[in-house]
Amino acid sequence: MNYIHKFENYLIEDLDLSKPELKETRRGFGDALVDLGKSNPDVVVLGGDVSGSVRTDMFRDAYPERFFSVGIAEQDMMGTAAGLALAGKIPFASTYGEFATGRPFDQIRQSIAYSVMNVKICASHCGFTVGPDGATHQSLEDVGIMRILPHMNVITPVDYNQTYRAIIECTKVNEPFYIRFYRDNSPNYTNPDAPFKFGKADTLYEGSDCTIIASGLMVWESMMALELLAKEKISVRLINMHTIKPIDRDAIVKAAKDTGCIVTCEDHQKIGGLGGAVAEVLAQEYPAPVEFIGASDTFGESGKAAELYEKYGISSRHIAEAVKRAVKRKK
Amino acid sequence: MFPNLKNPVFTDVDDLNEMARQIRRDIINMLLLSKSGHSGGPLGLADIFTALYFNKLNLLPEDPYNAERDFVFLSIGHVAPVWYATLSRRGYFPLDELKTLRKVNGRLQGHPAPLKTHGLPGVEIASGALGQGLSIAVGTALGLRLSKKPNHVYCICGDGELAEGQIWEAAMTAHHHKTDNLTVIVDRNHCQIDNRTENVQVLEPLADKWKAFGFEVFEIDGHNMKEVLDTIDAVKKVKGKPSCIIAYTKMGRGVSFMEDNYKWHGVPPNDEQGKIALGELAATKYGDFVDYYNEK
Repeated sequence: MNYIHKFENYLIEDLDLSKPELKETRRGFGDALVDLGKSNPDVVVLGGDVSGSVRTDMFRDAYPERFFSVGIAEQDMMGTAAGLALAGKIPFASTYGEFATGRPFDQIRQSIAYSVMNVKICASHCGFTVGPDGATHQSLEDVGIMRILPHMNVITPVDYNQTYRAIIECTKVNEPFYIRFYRDNSPNYTNPDAPFKFGKADTLYEGSDCTIIASGLMVWESMMALELLAKEKISVRLINMHTIKPIDRDAIVKAAKDTGCIVTCEDHQKIGGLGGAVAEVLAQEYPAPVEFIGASDTFGESGKAAELYEKYGISSRHIAEAVKRAVKRKK
Repeated sequence: MFPNLKNPVFTDVDDLNEMARQIRRDIINMLLLSKSGHSGGPLGLADIFTALYFNKLNLLPEDPYNAERDFVFLSIGHVAPVWYATLSRRGYFPLDELKTLRKVNGRLQGHPAPLKTHGLPGVEIASGALGQGLSIAVGTALGLRLSKKPNHVYCICGDGELAEGQIWEAAMTAHHHKTDNLTVIVDRNHCQIDNRTENVQVLEPLADKWKAFGFEVFEIDGHNMKEVLDTIDAVKKVKGKPSCIIAYTKMGRGVSFMEDNYKWHGVPPNDEQGKIALGELAATKYGDFVDYYNEK
């Protein structure tokens, strides 16, 4: 285990990698909203019928006068949110990832991003992990289509604790945000007391042979890969790139300089997402070998999350293989 | 409790009509200078904009974002010239700036640009992609009500625009939340870029549609100043539901060869046509912001 060097402050103490606490990221969103509602009377929430699913029901029950149901109408939800922002409110518009981004893209583009409205778009049920629901509900393009919009900030927290902190932090910046999280229980392992530094990547593990830059649930998957790689004496730096936009360019360039190669990992299309963002930085500032873990220009299908991670090549095993490929490509 | 900000500039219908005519002249001059832009819709809406800004709205041009202001959302961003001319005539920004319509580095973008990036006083939010204004208006109305504020919210929509599904999503939200501080004004000119509205896609029975969606509906002659003024007073008295004014107008109103002709939806007049147009729209006591034919 000498090949794994953990940065203590970012992970919870006594973290048992084989038996982590499991908690929903969406619940971190819901709990943060309730606490924000308590401290800030301007926080309002829009419901698109799935408030139980995205955990806004707790805010709805606590502050019914500040919860606005708009029905299953995501385009209207985004416009209504922009209007509430104009009236001085801090609106959170939430639904599933695909319906929070793909369906109302034009509304987000004109009424929120171009208009620089203080709207927080919060997307649950993202990535492959909605498994059995199948491809229509597996949002694999959302980060790409949000990242491309000027003025839009994009955050992909890794667990319950970080989702909670990110939701609190985003209200301190008077700009549009897209925040992505998930349905299922997942390991809750970041230190709840670690500050959430918007725009500043967290280095969870230090290493010298390669750097994995991961987002969301793939950070945990990468931690599992580190275990596999340590057995082969490969030392890897692991970066949690929770803010996809504005991306931490310094962390990326430093990783390429220090370790000579990069692997990006995301539960999202390789095209346009974290992998694309990292490659854009490196191509311009410090070219280095990059391997990409993510959906390979394909839609998903029904199945268990673990089965899909295996089939679509984004499990810890695949990450470890990608690291070895990247290391080989170093000159 | 609520300061009356509006200081109505004119109460006399003749004065308002003369200002509306000047705004029409301004639109023609702006389009002659920009050689790009929409003629028909802006000319058709000049009376309604004059009634709102020179009589009915609570506003302070010197403090355009005063918290007590009434909100105006222009869902049909392409009719921006009538809004720009009206705002300028009302004192929101200098008349000379009307010369910059659609010019690079300008604030008078082809479709209204956001306050935060372009800073044109009087504009709240971007519009241009159709169908989005009513949702925003509903959101603002909900926010104002939550803050227990009496400001009224107006959203100006086109008739062709009503094919956008988001309009009816927003109408359902307005109905559900009983936003009686919201009025949608439909510019019912029966024209859109391809053809007359009923040829592109049947819109009637339009009043019945809005009624079915829970709105109190008023049908008016959008060129009859007195009727426009009285109806704006009436919508503010509606309680427990949103209101809709269907304003029957003529595209290109005031210029004979443009009137009621959908082909004037999206094009500017050339020099020859502009001369005829300005001849038909008699000069007013307010004066033009440019003497186009002598300055060019």
